Formats: sequence, C-alpha cells, structure tokens
Amino acid sequence: MNIEILGISVLWIFLFGYILVGSIDFGAGFFNAHGIMTGKQHILSKVIQRYLSPVWEVTNVFFVFFFVGIIGFFPKTAVYFGQPMLIPGSIILILLCIRGSYYAFESYSSRGHKGYASIYGITGLLMPAALSIVLTISEGGFVNIVEGQPLLDYKALFTSPLTWSVVLLSMSACLYISATFLTWYANKAQDFAARNLLRKYALIWAVPLVISVIGITVELKSHNLEHYNRMLDLWYVWAVSALMFAGTIYFLIKQTKFGLAMGLVIGQFILAFFAYGISHYPYLMYPHLTIYDSFTNQTMAITLVVTFILGLFLLVPAMWLILKLFVFNNDYAKGKEDHHA
Amino acid sequence: MANESAVFFSRLLTEFTLTFHIIYATIGVGIPLMIMIAQWLGIKKNDEHYILLARRLARGYVITVAVGVVTGTAFGLQLSLLWPNFMEVAGNVIALPLFMETFAFFFEAIFLGIYLYTWDRFENQKKHFLLLIPVAIGSSISAVFITMVNAFMNSPQGFDIVDGELTNVQPILAMLTPAMPTKVGHVLVTAYMTAAFILAAIAAFKMLKGSKHIYHKKSLFLFMKLGLVFSIATAIIGDFSAKYLTEYQPEKLAAAEWHFETEKGVDLVLFGVLDEGTQEINYEIRIPKFLSFLAKSDFNGEVTGLNDFPKDETPPLYIHYLFDFMVSVGMLMIVLSLVYVWGKIKGWGFIHKKWFSWLIVAGGPLTFLAIEAGWWLAEVGRQPWILVKYMKVSEAATTSDHVGLMAALFGVLYIILGIGSVIILRRMFKNNPVEKELEERHNEDGEHK
Repeated sequence: MNIEILGISVLWIFLFGYILVGSIDFGAGFFNAHGIMTGKQHILSKVIQRYLSPVWEVTNVFFVFFFVGIIGFFPKTAVYFGQPMLIPGSIILILLCIRGSYYAFESYSSRGHKGYASIYGITGLLMPAALSIVLTISEGGFVNIVEGQPLLDYKALFTSPLTWSVVLLSMSACLYISATFLTWYANKAQDFAARNLLRKYALIWAVPLVISVIGITVELKSHNLEHYNRMLDLWYVWAVSALMFAGTIYFLIKQTKFGLAMGLVIGQFILAFFAYGISHYPYLMYPHLTIYDSFTNQTMAITLVVTFILGLFLLVPAMWLILKLFVFNNDYAKGKEDHHA
Repeated sequence: MANESAVFFSRLLTEFTLTFHIIYATIGVGIPLMIMIAQWLGIKKNDEHYILLARRLARGYVITVAVGVVTGTAFGLQLSLLWPNFMEVAGNVIALPLFMETFAFFFEAIFLGIYLYTWDRFENQKKHFLLLIPVAIGSSISAVFITMVNAFMNSPQGFDIVDGELTNVQPILAMLTPAMPTKVGHVLVTAYMTAAFILAAIAAFKMLKGSKHIYHKKSLFLFMKLGLVFSIATAIIGDFSAKYLTEYQPEKLAAAEWHFETEKGVDLVLFGVLDEGTQEINYEIRIPKFLSFLAKSDFNGEVTGLNDFPKDETPPLYIHYLFDFMVSVGMLMIVLSLVYVWGKIKGWGFIHKKWFSWLIVAGGPLTFLAIEAGWWLAEVGRQPWILVKYMKVSEAATTSDHVGLMAALFGVLYIILGIGSVIILRRMFKNNPVEKELEERHNEDGEHK
C-alpha cells in the first residue's frame, strides 16, 4: 500500500465518522423539531437532549478534521473543489453556523423555544442535502476547466437526476441512521414511548433509502460508466451491505435486539461507504484530479501520518471516556443524574 | 487574470469573518483559564463563591464557545473557498499546525462536554477540577497552532521555490518561524488579559447596578489582579514584537510609526494626523529617540524608513491609528488595574467611587476593541502580501464571481449571531442572579441534611 492510499483511507475514515455522528445529530435535530410541531415533544425531547447535549461540539470537529486533512494530504483539492464550491460551500457554512449557535441558544438558555428548535431541525435536514452535492460533483461532468480555472456548471448540476437521487439518499439515510440509533438509546434509557415512535420513524425512512439507492445505480450507469463498472466489480460487498440492512429491518419489526440492529446499520454503511470510495479510485474529481497528481510532498505526508497516529493516542481514550460517561451509562441515559452546569 | 472585484470581496469577507470570530475566539482562549483559576481557588479556600463563579462562567462560556466554534469552522473552510491558491501552498508547507489544531480542538470539545455535564457528579471536587485542565490546555494550544500558521504568512520559511515548484519542504521549520514566538506569546496573553478585564467589567457593572453581594467584590478583585499580571506581560511581549518587526518586517513597523526616512535616533510618534502627499505629520506627540530605543534598544540606533521600500510593497499608512489605539488601551489598562490593586491593598477610598467603577466597566469593551485594532494592524500591515515576499493577496484569491453576494450573506449572518448571543447571555444571567442561585443551593443543602 502506498502512502497516497493510506492518506485517502485516513480521510475516508474521518468522513465516515462525520457521516455517522453527523447523521445522528442532524436527524435528532429534525425529530426534535418535528416533535415540537406535532405536539409529541414530551415523548422525544428528553431522550434526544440527553444524548445531544454533551456531544454536539464533538460532531463539528469531525467535519473540521476532514477538510483540514484533505488540504494537508491533497493540497490541489483547494483549487479544484474550493473554487467551484464557493456558493454551495458558503451555504453549508451558513447552515452550520446557524445550526450550532441555535442549538446552544436553545438548550442552554431557552429550552423548548419553538423558533430555535425549528431552525435547528430544518438546518439539520438541509445540511446532508447540501453536503452531498460535493459527492455529486466528484462524479465529474459538472466542473469545467475554463482558462485553467475550474468552474461549476450550476445548470447541469441542478437539472441532473443524479444530483437529486444523491440528495434524497443523503437525507433518508441520515434520518434512518438517526432514528435507529435513538431507538437503541431510548431502549437503553427504558423510555419505551420514545423507542416505539423512533422505531416507526426508522422503518418509514428505510423506504426512500431503498428507492434512492436504486435511482443512483441507474443514474450512475449513464453518467459515469467507468465508476459504475468498478462498482459492479465489488458486487459482493454491496450484497453483504444489503443483507445487513435487511437484518436491521427484521429486528426493528420484531422489536428485539436493538443493539444488534444498530451494529448492523453501522456495518451496512461502512461497507457501502467504502465500496463506493474504493470504486471511485483513483479519482478525487473525475476526470480532472486523481489522488496521485494532487498528493502533497513526501515529507509532509509522513509528518501528517505520524501526527495522526500520535493524535489518536490522545483522542481514542478521550472518546472512550465521553462514550462511557454519557452514551453507555445507563443511569445518565435514564435521566437519574442531571448535573449540568 | 486576477478578478479584481473577487479579490476585494474575498478580502472583505475574510475581514468580516475574522473580526467577528476573534471576539469569540479570544473569550474562548481566555475564559477556560479563568474558570480553572476560580474553581481552584474555590477548592483551596473552601469558598463556595469561587465555585459558583466557575459554574456561572462555564454556563456563559457555552454560548460563546458555540458561536466561536461555528465561525471558526466557517473560517477554516472559507480559506479554501476564497484563497485556493494560498491553501495549495499551505497544504504543502504549513498543513502540520493546521492539522494539530484540530486535535487540540477535539480534545477541548470532548472535555468541555464532560466538564459541563458532571457538576456535582464526583464526590471529590478535585476530580471535577482535573477535567478543566485539558479544556484550558486544548483551547490555548489551538490558539498556539493557528497563530503559527499566521506567523508563517508573515515570515515564510521551510521550503524553496525552484522554477515555480515547491521543493525541500520542512514542516517543522515552517512552524518555527521568526514571527512565531512573539505572535504566539502576544495572542495568548492578550486573550487572558481580555478575558480578565471583561469579567472585571461585568463585576463592576453589577455593583454599580446596586448589588452589594460579596461575590461580586471577590470576583472584581480577582480579575483585576489577573488583568494586571497579563497586561504587563502583554506590554513586555509587545516590545519584543517591535524588535522582531525591525529585523524581519521593517516596512510594517515604518508604516505603523509613520517613519519615512532612514535615520539614527528616531522619535516615537504618538497620535497625530498625516498629510500623505507631503509626508508631514501634525498634532502629534513626539518622544525623542524612543523609536530607535524600542526597535534597537539603543537611543541612537538606525531605523529603516518607509521610502526605502518599493512603493507597491508597502502597507497602507492608516495602520498608525490602529497601533496607537492598541497601545493606548494597553497602557490605560495597566495603570487602571495597578491603581485598583494597589489601592485595594492600601485601602484607598476612591477606587470604590462610581467614576472609578465606570472606568473599569469601560475597560472591558475597550480591551476588545484593542484586540480588533491589533489584528487589523497585524493583517493590514503585511499588505500587499499574503505570504510575505512570496505570494501577493491578488494572486491567491478565488476568481469566482458572486463573492460579493457571499460577503453580504455572511455579514447578515454575523449580525444575527452577534445579537442573538448577547440576548441569550443577558437573559441567562438576568433571570438567575447570584443571590438567587446561592439561596437555591442553600435550600438544597438543607433538604439533604
């Protein structure tokens, strides 16, 4: 394995981390707001707030990690993605700013404020949609090189059915992951009313998830045949991923083994995400940028890898501590202890 | 090829973001140390007032940290959106501190979450105190790393350019630039100083509004003492910065001091108004030979003047006003806190008078303005370069259209976030004054017994 592959693998893991914790966070915000709107707040808010409060800031860091890492390992992405992404990127940032601030405003000062909670919820649904645009762009065909400068073709982007399939996939996957996680968390907290409602949401959002996956497969064949063929080569990975999905749905319907169901969700998305990533190789942006022509110099690459490994010694125990104290702590989840500042 | 309006609006948007972010970032670096000190005093003196102070600070801190985190994230990504060509170089040479900063940030985020949600969970308060150490270290270290990137932009090193290609990259050397020690030192101590004076201002304001509680008196004395220490440290490091500038960025110093002709025994010019055409300064205060002394530690030292540099490589001359403002506020705060602390020890009566309290109240916002002025001075002072001597700002900017629209959108966003955070903070403390909180705590204790 060469260092370019190592670099992109590290980044892909960061991105997966963000997608996982981000989805739980985005979905939780959406369900919380939805609960307030439909008068089901009393069922959901408690379990959602208990999970979100200590970890909301951590979610954001995964995102920063990814984009700082990609500039470090693949500096040319600043030009190829930075320049065309000005407008979509700025919109993502504005959503993120509103979202992060209003979460703190709502939960630390005016708990239950309808306006703040809805802003948090709506931005939560728009974030995955806006972020997924980057994946669409990386498929090629939307960025043209004009006078040596990459420019985004907005008309092509927004009229492409591929774009909308990806948006639908990101939103439904986010809500599906989040609902399954919260079902498990509510079950641990023995909050059965919340568990049953969230279980229903998970099953509902599984439907558009399946539809959009089929849609993307069809679209990609006509949009980027090379990528499509490479994806077919990995058919067995997709098959295992689909089996895991079926397993989760089975346990959710049977109302048993929520922990295992959550594990299967993670497995399903890890496989799908990495199969997608591997089949994308070697392109960062088809066909302009590969991981080889954009890679940083060797010295920096080695320094970054060493720093990354040292950093993990700091982060893994810290992450373990926060999970142990809040997510895997039954007393905290049940709400027996509430010692917030 | 450079798109002039894109360059202008990229600069404007970067200025909006940083100007706004710096307010929250300064609080973000300074307050954790103050919480730590307050909680430590509370444990050591077994004084519930200091513990309560730590708790109230932590609560308010969450709001500022939220805005600081999101605007910091925005800035991080905006760098690539607005300055892609700079970030390409940065990725090759200076990615290491950028990367390490995210680790520090991660570390802080995790422990802040734990600290905030484990109040009273530990039997032993010292255990809870231990959680604050990574928070304070994480926030200060992230300031250290990000300031290293800025120092690199001022005095780039650790790479060679051969035929337009970057070679011989040395990431560690790029972190340890000549500008780094003074920049990092100055950023850290001014953040601590600002946090101390804003908290002193709040305590003084509460007392002016009629609260007689001993909590505010303790808080005021503590933060004036800390402010005194950090403002003196600021002045000392500021002096080192002048010596650094003389050596490495003389055009920045010359522009800030309105010093045009290279000569020996140069006067320090304070305030004044410049006629740019004739290079004549009016209404100024001159301190004879003092600039030579500041720059060279020698009253007859030779200081390079602005006319010795190519006209297209010198920064705008208005940075003199920023410099004066920053230094004046710094000096004022040293005097103010010194008089207060000394007066408190000697038992002088006038430090408790209304007019003196109002001075302390004014000191909080003034220190913030000085932080802004200092950053504008540092940043505008290296115009026209983004990487001094290597890359001009106009070569680094995006060529996209629509940057103007984005600048407007972000401008509106920052106004909304700024107003929102002030409203929330005010409401938070107004609805729950110290007296009420102390009483509630006592009632709870009573029930337990």
